[in-house]
Amino acid sequence: MLDAAPEPVGASGLILNEPPLWERGRTGRSAISVPNPGVPSSPMPQDVAGDGPDWPDLSELEVVRHYTRLSTWNFGVDTGMYPLGSCTMKYNPKVHEALAALPGFTRAHPLLPAEASQGALRLIHETERLLADVVGLREASLQPAAGAHGELCGMLMIAAYHRHHKTGKTKVLVPDTAHGTNPATAAMCGFSEVKVPLGPDGRIEVPAVADLLDDDVAAIMVTNPNTLGIFESNLPEISRMLHERGALVYGDGANLNAVMGRVDMDKMGVDVIHYNLHKSMSTPHGGGGPGSGPVAVGERLVPYLPGPRVVKTADGSFAWNDDLPLSIGRLHAFHGQFGIFLRAYAYLLSLGKDLPQASGFAVLAANYVQEKLKDAYDLPFAGRCMHECVFTDAKQREFKISTLDIAKRLIDLGYHPPTIYFPLVVNGAIMIEPTETESKEELDGFIAAMRRIAQEAAGEPDVLHAAPALTKVGRLDETAAARKPKLTGDMGQDA
Amino acid sequence: MKAFDELNIPADLKYAKDHEWIAAAAPFRVGISDFAQDQLGDLTYVEFPEVGADIGVGGEFGSLESIKSVSTLFLPVAGKIVAVNDALADDPGLVNRDPYGEGWLVEIAPADAAGLDALMDADTYLQHVKDNG
Amino acid sequence: MRYFPHTEEDVREMLDAVGAASNDDLFAAVPSSSRFDAPPALPDPLDEWDLRRRFDELASAGGGDWQVYLGAGSQAHHVPAVVPALAGRSEFLTAYTPYQPEMSQGTLQAIFEYQTLVSRLTGLAVANASMYDGSTAMAESVLMAQRVTKRRAVAVSRLVHPHYREVLKTYLAPAEDVDILELPALPDGRTDVSGLAGLDKPAVLVVQSPNFLGVVEDLAAAAGAVHAAGGLLAAGFTEPFALGLVKSPGRCGADIAFGEGQGFGLGQSFGGPGLGIMAAKAEFMRQIPGRLVGETVDNRGQRGYVLTLSTREQHIRRGKAVSNICSNAGHAALTAAVYMAAAGGSGFRRITQVNRDVAEYLKAGLLAAGFTALTDAPTFNEFALRAPAGFDRVYEGLKRDRILAGLPLSRYYPEYDGAWLFGVTEVSNKADLDRLLELVRKGLAC
Repeated sequence: MLDAAPEPVGASGLILNEPPLWERGRTGRSAISVPNPGVPSSPMPQDVAGDGPDWPDLSELEVVRHYTRLSTWNFGVDTGMYPLGSCTMKYNPKVHEALAALPGFTRAHPLLPAEASQGALRLIHETERLLADVVGLREASLQPAAGAHGELCGMLMIAAYHRHHKTGKTKVLVPDTAHGTNPATAAMCGFSEVKVPLGPDGRIEVPAVADLLDDDVAAIMVTNPNTLGIFESNLPEISRMLHERGALVYGDGANLNAVMGRVDMDKMGVDVIHYNLHKSMSTPHGGGGPGSGPVAVGERLVPYLPGPRVVKTADGSFAWNDDLPLSIGRLHAFHGQFGIFLRAYAYLLSLGKDLPQASGFAVLAANYVQEKLKDAYDLPFAGRCMHECVFTDAKQREFKISTLDIAKRLIDLGYHPPTIYFPLVVNGAIMIEPTETESKEELDGFIAAMRRIAQEAAGEPDVLHAAPALTKVGRLDETAAARKPKLTGDMGQDA
Repeated sequence: MKAFDELNIPADLKYAKDHEWIAAAAPFRVGISDFAQDQLGDLTYVEFPEVGADIGVGGEFGSLESIKSVSTLFLPVAGKIVAVNDALADDPGLVNRDPYGEGWLVEIAPADAAGLDALMDADTYLQHVKDNG
Repeated sequence: MRYFPHTEEDVREMLDAVGAASNDDLFAAVPSSSRFDAPPALPDPLDEWDLRRRFDELASAGGGDWQVYLGAGSQAHHVPAVVPALAGRSEFLTAYTPYQPEMSQGTLQAIFEYQTLVSRLTGLAVANASMYDGSTAMAESVLMAQRVTKRRAVAVSRLVHPHYREVLKTYLAPAEDVDILELPALPDGRTDVSGLAGLDKPAVLVVQSPNFLGVVEDLAAAAGAVHAAGGLLAAGFTEPFALGLVKSPGRCGADIAFGEGQGFGLGQSFGGPGLGIMAAKAEFMRQIPGRLVGETVDNRGQRGYVLTLSTREQHIRRGKAVSNICSNAGHAALTAAVYMAAAGGSGFRRITQVNRDVAEYLKAGLLAAGFTALTDAPTFNEFALRAPAGFDRVYEGLKRDRILAGLPLSRYYPEYDGAWLFGVTEVSNKADLDRLLELVRKGLAC
């Protein structure tokens, strides 16, 4: 018998097929309006002239139907609950899209003189100020274009700091729970990675760090709370030890949604942290980006921030400053993802003093889900969690049911699956981050779906193996895709 | 995943703790065990060393990729790479289907034949797998 | 707060379920040594009405109402209404990276199509799912060429966008063994690649075409020079519209193409988000950074799409990944794909010709007004001219009318002191340009 539970939200409906673009259209059609400028034509000289791309020609309605149909095969936060761990898929307010589309911003050229773009400069300055205040650090830079770019920015600053102080340090400590971007970034900045093992309660421990800490250690990279949803409560002591040896502390802000306005990164010893505006600050992720990955720094690293920087002048106006002798320089062609700042700024102003409450509700929701599922699924680290909780498939393995099967079955029941098989330290991990914007009824619906799957695993495992059944496509052959990669469509003769 | 009694561990080969096998006599082909291929799942790509490379004991001689993992290969004895199994470029699944035959990885000229003596025989290897699985 | 759905009753029920007396109790794991002594000074929340008022005030001083006759990496192309209407569908906008392909086929097919359209645009077999912007695509192209060639030395044309060269310098700062050789300009406005001969074992030559002066480079000659030295050609563009009229980088022998795709239906938005376009020859498929979408079949035999070759990436290969990139510019890529689909090959050729025509008209008008040529190689959309005496005064005067008539090149190139870069696109017609030319002529006359 299944639990008495709400009807699953997943249902089937009419889905229309739609081929790739080049299987539609007819040569000579176009969906754009080409103006007649009223000037003479000047053909490109023969020696450099080419034929242009042989893209398919479609009418406007063909294009509209094409992308409208494709969109119906997608699932977003607007469609349903999306508890993807460490990705913070909270609601993206609609008003932000309207504000970001104001022509005063969308038509602004990035090289306009400062006197022509005071509104844009003020917005950058105030967003930097608000972001720095939320974490208790000194200054922020909005220039990095995404979370991993923010990491690169932070670690380049740390590398520049050590070069400037001629420390010769070469190693970076990275805990086992870290996102893959941490070691990848450390490597891009010329550091070698030293892994920090996890303590028995899911935290990094002071003695483990002490054992690894020598004069070659340049920094530690810590995500707090970590990817197990556990607060790294030893970090203040660990930071103190590192600073004593001349090393710095990189804070990965991927999980900032748990601690906004609640944790003082400066007091905790963090020298630089990056934000993912598309996570904690509610900007839409767009199915892969653009994100935005600002950094904030404590006193030690202020001189190394990327430039140029917006400064407020004595008369209250804003100006660009590129006289930054220790700056790591430029990381983006212009000023970063300005269109994303607009949305984050709107979010920060809309929440204001209520921002810490967003973290409060995010942590409440995760603990509620954890509590309601802990008898049905294996919970490798017991105790309260922060903004996300991590289960495994250990209880389901005896029925030959894996985390992947559980995830695919959730799709049929109308939920985006959690993050799976991460963090790597947990075998068969199921990492759930509900966020503060899901109502209790939504959480209860998700809990009911997960409990139903646990029962199905024992009683009807074939339903799980066959899932998803309601989507336009079933399980896709990823092995075949990787063995014989087909990365472009067949549009006739080769490019 | 295969149960221990489903594993095929041929008696005429030598085994390393990282799950590579090597032929006990010339030609000295090297591959991965049935246990290793089963753990890795369907392989999608094999990265080979350059033919002619001299590699020490435990040195890296390429990697195996599945869709979700990359595993470094370690040479069980020191030697020179004399051939690589080109057939795997088109069909890496050979390693899964026939890990001791068509799915061999490289052929080496051992620097010192005595190096093979330090490796495990089939029974010892099976015990190693059971202990460390 | 309007985005919090929880009623007091909901909160109480949830706290009861977890056995906590208050929401703050759930933060017991945070020691006082990590907490604020005093809460941060955040402002009072704004309602939607006041928020709109604040934004209207900032937008009115954002600069979007200026007439800007300048590209320099950000182009004022028309955004057809159909593009944001489709790309803005929230099923696309509010999704994450397509980790679960069965419920992300919309994003995945759209990006597969983007890769295909970019491949046809650049003339190279493999395009990735995007980088952050043109400058970071260039930096990653250089890192990729170093991996492919197992060499370190880098040669970059001085006519590559100055900001792009700065970004490259930032990326290469930790590699103390890498010198960047800067190749100077020839008098015709193209890059002098002869200096490449002085570089030992170059990994890569980086040129941009059109370059910062708007000049179409001789990419085939650049390819020949660097290939003879055993390195790769990374060919960029600041303006993808040029590729409607000039030979593609692939046709000219480039190994890697990179560039900024903002002109494809993305607003200028004060410089971001842009779209980093990146493509390469098929043989470099396993060294290209970023996401790749591939075609496959499902368990019912249907065509479908997945993220593939992920073993290159940080979430699997960690410290040995080809790049640390995770989130890219996916939605910008999708938007650009909608633009490319809407234009079609036929429409694109026509609109790019309009771009060339208006730029040539403005160039001719300025030459007639007393400007002189700085370069004589063919240009697209952008061009550099030496200004007659008094133009700097006219330029400042035009600013008072909210017109930005170009960019003084001395800001980046002391050797071009007195010369200015201009840019114009299809959004300007003959009447607009005649008005500008009239203002310039009048200004110079007084």
